Amino acid sequence: MRNQKLALAVSVTGLRKSFGDTTVLDGIDLNIQEGTIFALLGPNGAGKTTTVQILSTLIPATAGEVRVAGHDVAAEPDLVRAAIGVTGQFSAVDDLLTGQENLLLMADLYHLNRQEGRRRAAELLDQFELADAAGQTAATYSGGMRRRLDLAMTLMGRPRILFLDEPTTGLDPRSRRRMWQIIRDLVAGGTTVFLTTQYLEEADHLADRIAVLDQGRLVADGTADELKRLVPGSHIRLQFTEPGELRAAARALGQAPPDDQGLTLRVPADGGVKSLRAVLDQLDAQSVEVAALTIHTPDLDDVFLTLTGHPGRARHPGDASTDDASTDKDSPR
Amino acid sequence: MTTSSYAIRDSATMLRRNLRHIQRYPGMTIGVLATPVFMLLLFRYVFGGTLGAGLGGARPGGYISYLAPGIIVLAVSAASVSTAVAINMDMTSGIINRFRTMAIARVSVLTGHVLGSVLQTVAAAALVTALAVALGFRPTAGPAAWVAVIALVTALAFALTWLSVALGLVAKTPESASNLPLPLMFLPFLGSAFVPAQSMAPGLRWFAEYQPFTSIIETLRGLLLGTPIGNHALIAIAWCAGLALVGYLWARARYNRAAAR
Repeated sequence: MRNQKLALAVSVTGLRKSFGDTTVLDGIDLNIQEGTIFALLGPNGAGKTTTVQILSTLIPATAGEVRVAGHDVAAEPDLVRAAIGVTGQFSAVDDLLTGQENLLLMADLYHLNRQEGRRRAAELLDQFELADAAGQTAATYSGGMRRRLDLAMTLMGRPRILFLDEPTTGLDPRSRRRMWQIIRDLVAGGTTVFLTTQYLEEADHLADRIAVLDQGRLVADGTADELKRLVPGSHIRLQFTEPGELRAAARALGQAPPDDQGLTLRVPADGGVKSLRAVLDQLDAQSVEVAALTIHTPDLDDVFLTLTGHPGRARHPGDASTDDASTDKDSPR
Repeated sequence: MTTSSYAIRDSATMLRRNLRHIQRYPGMTIGVLATPVFMLLLFRYVFGGTLGAGLGGARPGGYISYLAPGIIVLAVSAASVSTAVAINMDMTSGIINRFRTMAIARVSVLTGHVLGSVLQTVAAAALVTALAVALGFRPTAGPAAWVAVIALVTALAFALTWLSVALGLVAKTPESASNLPLPLMFLPFLGSAFVPAQSMAPGLRWFAEYQPFTSIIETLRGLLLGTPIGNHALIAIAWCAGLALVGYLWARARYNRAAAR
């Protein structure tokens, strides 16, 4: 029991936060194991940033118990602060200082000695591909460079737990991939990452565990696969060249042939190999010719739609507009 | 290390940061100097003849000597604007939240600003004093009086800086932060900086006699030129201490309350 407690980087029980009459967080429970990536997924206004602000000691909770790195955020904020690093949604670099000066400022504030500070600054500038721009003021940096400098400054203190509030919002796809790689490398080094994102793809790519936050409540919590399984709709889609084959297949699989004139048959399946093999075996036994086969597994878009009932506010990175509620997201295998 | 030695170390780090800002952004320093220099030239060369004659020729050193102490105080109050703007820019950018989530002495963010601003302000006051001397101001102060002058100017700078820090924390944008301290800049005009309070209309005269800058200016004038100080010195010290305390408490309350924006 005690060991289990120690291995928790973050534990939150019954967290509530209201601003005046507005309830932003309405009873959140979270447990995050050390050394994992946890993603808090939700649309704008769901309460993601508020959660990060409470966990990182910026604002107090209205109710509930929050322990980060084993310390209560209300009772021992300085011990929490010593263990965490926070990179927020809005860049927290000093525009009037150069990249290197920004890092050295952090070194001083983390109370590193001069030599150690310089060494680590050089190391981080290299690692984040900022060495060439080290002598320029941060005001001249591009969006991607600022994010990298921002994160490098946070890492100066070697945080055990890293909070990243929408770390890739507004980045171009290349910068985003680079940021993802950096995050993965950090976790490989033992850091715990608490990530918020409104990008389903990002949570899917990075996170060991995902919690879906909607209007101040957690509506789901699990691995990406577990979440996808919550959503009905896994099926195999079979394509035929002529109606006769379609009818034969429907008979073989015990399905009613579709009413429309199409050449596509949807067979419910859980997406696993076993059910796929069973379907193919049955078709083989009846010598039915299949032109094409696709497996549809629900992605996090579907999860989001099902759980929250308002799909339009969650987006893929790069989506210019709102709609991702389309039902046709078959992925060829 | 103990908490208090961290507070000193962190404040020194923040001071270095703010001094570098001053160096990187000289426009702000020039802005700070422009107002008192412009007023000095305006009142020396444009209004000075008439005002000097109106005050009576009996004053030693002519109008520039009456004017200079007021201009020095104006230099201090004009610097409030840059302090308020600098604090506000920090508060409205993301970097303040970074500092708040680090295990550093919280107050160091503010003390770093205060120390940097006081240094900048005292330097500006020294430059303006030198310019006044170049334009004919002849102070008669001895070494002890000069020390007292420096102490008073520093005390005033300290008090107005804390007040400006609070104003910078209250303001929602850097633009409004640059407007809020303007009353501080106007107060010397409604005091004895340019003409004696006795020469003003009755209502204004009452205000001029009791507002903080008059006592401070009269004390400074007495130290620099040997005019009678009376109880102005005590009142000036009380005002500086009071304003500093109010500014500090106000700033601290706002700083602790200001949630992430």
